[in-house]
Amino acid sequence: MSRTCIFSSDLFFYLKEQTKKPTDVLTDFFLQIRGNGVPASIKEYLTLLEAMAHNLAECSIDDFYQIARITLVKNETHYDRFDKAFSSYFDGIESIPDEVFGEIPKNWVEKLKQLDLTDEEKKEIQALGGWEKLMETLKKRLEEQKKRHQGGSKWIGTAGTSPFGAYGFNPAGVRIGQSGSRGRSAVKVWDKREFRNLDDNVEIGTRNIKVALKRLRRFARVGAADQFDLDGTVNSTARNAGYLNIKMIPERRNAVKVLLFFDVGGSMEDYVRICEELFSAAKTEFKHLEYYYFHNFVYESVWKDSRRRGSERTPMMEVLNKYGQDYKLIFVGDATMSPYEIMYPGGSVEHFNEEAGSEWLKRMLDVYSKVAWLNPTPTERWGYYESIGIIKKLLNNRMYSLTLGGLDSAIKNLVR
Amino acid sequence: MVNMMKFTGTKKYVATRELEMAVNAAIALERPLLIKGEPGTGKTMLAIEVADALKRPLIQWHVKSTSKAQQGLYEYDAVSRLRDSQLGDDRVQDIEHYIKKGPLWEAFSSEEPAVVLIDEIDKADIEFPNDLLRELDRMEFFVYETQKLVRAKHRPTIIITSNNEKELPDAFLRRCFFHYISFPNKETMQEIVGVHFPKLKKTLLQEALTSFFEIREVPGIKKKPSTSELLDWLKLLLAEDIPLEALRAKDNKKIIPPLHGALIKNEQDVHLFERLVFLSKRTN
Repeated sequence: MSRTCIFSSDLFFYLKEQTKKPTDVLTDFFLQIRGNGVPASIKEYLTLLEAMAHNLAECSIDDFYQIARITLVKNETHYDRFDKAFSSYFDGIESIPDEVFGEIPKNWVEKLKQLDLTDEEKKEIQALGGWEKLMETLKKRLEEQKKRHQGGSKWIGTAGTSPFGAYGFNPAGVRIGQSGSRGRSAVKVWDKREFRNLDDNVEIGTRNIKVALKRLRRFARVGAADQFDLDGTVNSTARNAGYLNIKMIPERRNAVKVLLFFDVGGSMEDYVRICEELFSAAKTEFKHLEYYYFHNFVYESVWKDSRRRGSERTPMMEVLNKYGQDYKLIFVGDATMSPYEIMYPGGSVEHFNEEAGSEWLKRMLDVYSKVAWLNPTPTERWGYYESIGIIKKLLNNRMYSLTLGGLDSAIKNLVR
Repeated sequence: MVNMMKFTGTKKYVATRELEMAVNAAIALERPLLIKGEPGTGKTMLAIEVADALKRPLIQWHVKSTSKAQQGLYEYDAVSRLRDSQLGDDRVQDIEHYIKKGPLWEAFSSEEPAVVLIDEIDKADIEFPNDLLRELDRMEFFVYETQKLVRAKHRPTIIITSNNEKELPDAFLRRCFFHYISFPNKETMQEIVGVHFPKLKKTLLQEALTSFFEIREVPGIKKKPSTSELLDWLKLLLAEDIPLEALRAKDNKKIIPPLHGALIKNEQDVHLFERLVFLSKRTN
């Protein structure tokens, strides 16, 4: 059965704005997608145009939706934004068959003339009164038909036996759109917004963090010599008058050691996501990574498992003794609290601390010389909190905002 | 354009319309296709089935954490050459004897268009995708040892899978088509199971699918069972000849589905599940 789609990609551009060229409409669409926060580039837009030129999306707006999505959106977390933009831009287009039919655009007719029909099919068309007649009937029925139609044997729609419409059993069938396949109902995919939950709206992604953390790499070859050393072998073989002398070296590993302290609970709830990202990036980047949690400020003990923070605490002294001074110390916390919590014994909100938090921080700074405090609070609000100023002073200004820029300068300071 | 091949799923693989579209776009425009999705939704199988459906050779490149982009192109075996020179082998005169082709070179030099699978690209180093930009874009690379340019005879269809362990660089993404395989709904799942177990009784399938989707809905479960686990489980159910009633037993102690080990792979999840069952029994 040979069919050609007359619901071509040109069609809905024609319908969208009759005065504009299809490419103008597409450009508007592209700009709207970008405006909705989908980071599509010109290269991707050109790819979409190329795909359209290959007639990959000529049959329906559903197909156009798919092809636009696979070319323009490269992250499933952006699917929802794309769906929203698509829906607002092409609103009303899916109801074309109801409204705009009545006059068949000339280019459709041109398209139909190129139908690739076998002799047999041509005969059957003749039986219906010839091509011209068929088109005329189509036009007439379009005029008669006011509503979208399904089934039946006369009206234009899908799944019928009329010569017009998708899935028709008439060999002279002309397909108008093709909606719904494989269990997908006629509901527009983009209106279902299935990917809503995936949108995370994070600006500082794991990859960015990792790229920043990469600067902290210091490669060293330690451990068992299990890798073949090509340069060494060539060198020593040459020295050995051409007799093979194989050299092995240990694998290069990131030798940087990092000690991370995370503030959890309370005001940090707002920043859970970014902290998780930082943590997951750090965990895969560093072989020697140790982490502990604290609440608001560091006192005589910290913990590793938040669920058992009551029972399983690690004394701070143990941490300081266990991890040598070659560790780099990184705090992650919003540093917003009452100044008492830092400066006075008994100031902690959770328990009675015999020594002031500032004493504990000083002890830590005595051991570790490379220190950074990453603060997720936006920099412009730092001035409102006295505690931020106090901690900054204690740390000799080594507090950085938890943004890419801040992370960058923190790392620069840590490797110096 | 030579008669365009269209991929429409195979006897063993149910592809949604969106996935077909993505594959066909990648074939028509000769650009790589990046596939993401939950583990076990058939990302790797896709390349195998596409190659099968299009009758094209399949070249697989499984990426590991130690993989380098260069290994996909070629490797120069200096040690063999050194050894041959020691032994006075004549082969040593020609450096080409010691250049081993990688999967991409194989695909570029194939006489017919090939399908290349770059599996789990996110496992490699963070710079790995960046090192392949030119190769995937222009489909050519330079062999420094022989000073020769290798250019693809036919641009292969490249299918790349990722499990989202690392984010991929923008420059790389811009060159690819992207499709996210979302988890199949019940109807598609029925179709998938039908393709794998054509003789399965309808009632058993219904019960099994209900149990399966119920487990997926359990809040807080760490590793949701996926399509491949469902298929394994059904295979086990059939092999053990579990009666239909066992699956239906909703109110007695046997609420945990038989052979659940195939579905729940995590100790904590099993505990969680058992606890929920215990609680629901108490409330009943």
